[in-house]
Amino acid sequence: MTAVVLALLAAGAYVGATWRCRSPWPLARTASWLAGVAAAAVAVAGPMGAHGDLRAHMAGHLLLGMAAPLLLVLAAPVTLALRALPPAEARRLARLLRTAPLRWLADPLVAVPLNAAGLWLLYGTGLHGALAHSPVLSAGVSAHVLVAGYLATASVLAVDPAPHRRGVGVRALALAGGAAAHDVLAKVLYAHPPAGTVGAEEGARLMYDGGTVLTLLTAAVLWRRWYTSREAVRAAAQPA
Amino acid sequence: MADASTRPPARRRLLVSGLLLGAGVAGAVDEIVFHQLLHWHHFYDRASGAAGLVSDGLLHAGTFSAAVAGMALMADARRRGRFLPPLWWGALLTGAGAFQTWDGLVHHKVLRLHQVRYGVDLTGYDVAWVLPGVLLLVAGVALLLRARRVPAA
Repeated sequence: MTAVVLALLAAGAYVGATWRCRSPWPLARTASWLAGVAAAAVAVAGPMGAHGDLRAHMAGHLLLGMAAPLLLVLAAPVTLALRALPPAEARRLARLLRTAPLRWLADPLVAVPLNAAGLWLLYGTGLHGALAHSPVLSAGVSAHVLVAGYLATASVLAVDPAPHRRGVGVRALALAGGAAAHDVLAKVLYAHPPAGTVGAEEGARLMYDGGTVLTLLTAAVLWRRWYTSREAVRAAAQPA
Repeated sequence: MADASTRPPARRRLLVSGLLLGAGVAGAVDEIVFHQLLHWHHFYDRASGAAGLVSDGLLHAGTFSAAVAGMALMADARRRGRFLPPLWWGALLTGAGAFQTWDGLVHHKVLRLHQVRYGVDLTGYDVAWVLPGVLLLVAGVALLLRARRVPAA
């Protein structure tokens, strides 16, 4: 229930901001945001809660930690906020984004390892088993999975403006490194499932294959954005 | 604004694109044909240690990431209008051969991550796995050496 209320608030805030935006806002971005919010809500309300069945749990994990973040990042919420807020508040937000902690979190070399480390903690320790008994802990972990997934995807794709953006090679390598950690974890879960779970082998394979597909999609978006970026187009047009 | 002398030369971009795409294509063939279609390879046969798992994860994620990056860099090299077929094909074959040889020797034999097939005598399969890899590698390097003599158009 809480998840549905939060989803409606997130959807409402974004759509409201597009009305106040000082320039026309692309409909595709709004659609991406709404789809991302829906994916996260479905994951939290449904399969993420199935801690005992690893197949359902992993479907939820892929939705909440990878698919929803990708859709939310493509919606460029920070860009929208900067354009929709009154100028004074937009400047304050821009200043906040330049502060050290937020700059670190926007760095793929920090955000991607943090995301991977969170997953290893969740499944490598007794944390996953404890979730079934504590709704508060479960909600906290769900929020962490979504936020950490969002920060990692945002740092790799750099759709929203960032003060010190890493080059495309570093961002692609960070994405591949995160995918490798995801793959290894899936195989470890395959061999050593968390105590008290069923469907571990299929769940681990779903995590591995689904992670591959979503990382491929993210990489395709990353390189397509690079190919059409102003710098790359300009460099290609110059005589060597 | 970078001037012409500081930008990566078009030849290097083509070389990198071919190497990445070659490794990516070989990895995709391995995954699709032998893991998914034939089910010869096992997902994880529990015979290898942590080093094998990490190496396999890096290789799997690395190859499909390399395929996407290789395609983007190739598209960029083409729009720059300096596509040199021997250089690009040489790099592609070298990348594919290096992947196949590494997979056959290090993954299957040294780290014992998984085998080509189960329940059969492996010698013939291993030769059939590594030999094409070595041939691809040799052909690729030969093409690259030839391409070095072609002046940049």
